[in-house]
Amino acid sequence: MPKPIQSIERAAAVLRLMSGRTRRLSLAEVAGELGLPKGTVYGIMRTLLSVGFVEQDPESGKYRMGAALLHLGSSYLDGNELRTRALNWADWLAARTNESVRLGTLLDGQVLLVHHVFRPDNSPQVLEVGALLPMHATAMGKVLLACHPYLADDLGNGTGILPRYTGSTITDPARLKAELRQVLEQGWASSVEELIEDETSFAAPIRDRQGVAVGAIAISGPTERLCEGAQPRSELVSFVREGARTISRDLGAVPW
Amino acid sequence: MAAIDQGTSSSRCLIFDQQGRVVSLNQKEHEQIFPRPGWVEHDPREILRNVIEVVHGALDSGGVDVRDLVAVGIANQRETTVVWDPRTGEPVHNAIVWQDTRTDSLVRGLGAELGQDRFRDRCGLPLATYFSGPKVSWLLDSAPGLRRRAEEGDLLFGTMDSWLIWNLTGRHVTDVTNASRTMLMNLETLDWDDTLLDAMGVPRAMLPDIQPSSQIYGEAGGTLGGVPIAAALGDQQAALFGQTCFAAGEAKCTYGTGSFLLLNTGGRPVRSAHGLITTVGSKIGDEPATYALEGSIAVTGALVQWFRDKVGLIGSAPEVETLARTVEDNGGIYFVPAFSGLFAPHWRGDARGVIAGLTGYVTKGHLARAVLEATAWQTREVVDAMNADSGIDLTSLKVDGGMTANNLLMQFLADVLGVPVVRPNVAETVSLGVAYAAGLAVGFWPDMESLRAHWHKAAEWLPNMDTGERERGYRKWKKTVQRTLDWVDDDDD
Repeated sequence: MPKPIQSIERAAAVLRLMSGRTRRLSLAEVAGELGLPKGTVYGIMRTLLSVGFVEQDPESGKYRMGAALLHLGSSYLDGNELRTRALNWADWLAARTNESVRLGTLLDGQVLLVHHVFRPDNSPQVLEVGALLPMHATAMGKVLLACHPYLADDLGNGTGILPRYTGSTITDPARLKAELRQVLEQGWASSVEELIEDETSFAAPIRDRQGVAVGAIAISGPTERLCEGAQPRSELVSFVREGARTISRDLGAVPW
Repeated sequence: MAAIDQGTSSSRCLIFDQQGRVVSLNQKEHEQIFPRPGWVEHDPREILRNVIEVVHGALDSGGVDVRDLVAVGIANQRETTVVWDPRTGEPVHNAIVWQDTRTDSLVRGLGAELGQDRFRDRCGLPLATYFSGPKVSWLLDSAPGLRRRAEEGDLLFGTMDSWLIWNLTGRHVTDVTNASRTMLMNLETLDWDDTLLDAMGVPRAMLPDIQPSSQIYGEAGGTLGGVPIAAALGDQQAALFGQTCFAAGEAKCTYGTGSFLLLNTGGRPVRSAHGLITTVGSKIGDEPATYALEGSIAVTGALVQWFRDKVGLIGSAPEVETLARTVEDNGGIYFVPAFSGLFAPHWRGDARGVIAGLTGYVTKGHLARAVLEATAWQTREVVDAMNADSGIDLTSLKVDGGMTANNLLMQFLADVLGVPVVRPNVAETVSLGVAYAAGLAVGFWPDMESLRAHWHKAAEWLPNMDTGERERGYRKWKKTVQRTLDWVDDDDD
């Protein structure tokens, strides 16, 4: 392995130092904390400023973490971008399973539908893009909750009350948590008639380069087509997981 | 079934199953060579290597053996011109790409006092730099001795389909849709036209045989040994076929960097009085040819790319929708992106881009709206021209291409056209179309009706704008178009 590059190590140390502080830091403070000459730190700061990883207050001249860096590390992915990048594989999933496909992201404790592919049977269907769905009663919502467990505490606007939609909706927070642990373990979720009578859906997470779940992809249809008795049809679940994996792999590819 | 899509920026291969579903895909970009401003070339040998590589790439990633391939179809960038020596197999020059404008003065000379439409009756095309005939003529004059060798049959001409098929099978043929873009073929006889050949100075001896789009041209040699090459179509004609626009009155629009709207006009060529191109849509085996009207829009996705790369208000193309959704409407502004003049249906080289209606109220969100709406209004102009030429009003528009991922645009498109806009489940319509044509030739699919059954709606946008609002918007768009005209002066650089 080649030798580590010293200037990158030092830049990383600067960023790590600033990420631990809520207030802005002066050049002298950074240099003092890291035990580096001010000239060296000044050069690193100018470079980090130029790429937007740090920002400088024009009045005090002090530094803090830049917006570009926050953007880089967070799970933020534009819903329109996600749709564009997932387009071909969402079509593929609908063609393979003969069911409708939906893509969802998190928005204020709900699932925002960013993409919808019709069931490929030319029956009359209406685009549902833009609709908001409850997290605890949908397969996509459960996937996103399982991948972002801190969200489960805020359900029902922080009251912990889970609204009931059908006789099968999970309304007990403890039962939901237990199921979410299982979802995380198996890598997919189902909602069997938990939102709408007679309708079942399966979902799997779409992950970005950092492994953060930025969305979920799901197929939905009548329970009789998606389940064998009470059991999800495993070949359909496999297609959903394969679609999610392929889209995840493609994230980071250059869109049109 | 394998489909090769030899495009302007890359070569792709897709493998389809019998239900018309994608099994696997592989692609590779090739070099864009810019020897001078306005000149664009490709290396035909690089393209040939890439094509063979992506076929094997797609076979590998799909776990398909070459012996399991039923046939291969070839869709290609249209009009791009190759001249080669059949004894050595070497091109005498790089391919001259359709976008290349080096034949500008040659083309203007051909028009002379008779104008742009001098040959429109024979070949359906206006005189323009895109088409192959003038490119061949330029090429034969580019080095001493080439013209004589061409006259003696020692050099061959072909568009990309011919170059690939010759290399794969040894036969010198072209399909009728590609031939219809050379400016050398007569639209009625579907044969090379002596008047056109004389006018352009292209010797008949160097031309390929014109064949149906769907027919076994020969078997491939080399690493694809034994696989029949069974179809060739120009890429936009392939998309029309892949969208199963088999009947007169059916139309599709492919939204990419530029956009191409093609309308099937059935068994007769419709001459355009409104600035459209008349072209062959397809010819399946011994059946009569199907014709199409074509309207191309130069700047659609390219405007979003310009907005991203040159204006810098967005970081990626899809973000234009996010920015546009920060506002309710266009704030009264209209953007006509006549970056290199206006094309169909206006054909005004003296026009340049205009943003009209600016006030202090306008924000970047309104600009993003106007950028997207430009694509829809330009489509509306082409659709109006098609309705007028064909005498049939469009009842719905099938769409494909990257921009169909933009929901705001697709809804606005339905709104301004006043007809439903539908997207099929397989977005790869170019590849699918030529796979269909090849599959018909070898009996993989029995007939066109069986192909229609594969077409499934993946999304549909219904018009939801009242007539008054639509007409007011269209009026403002037309006023903005008027303001782009007569911008370029004779003494401009």
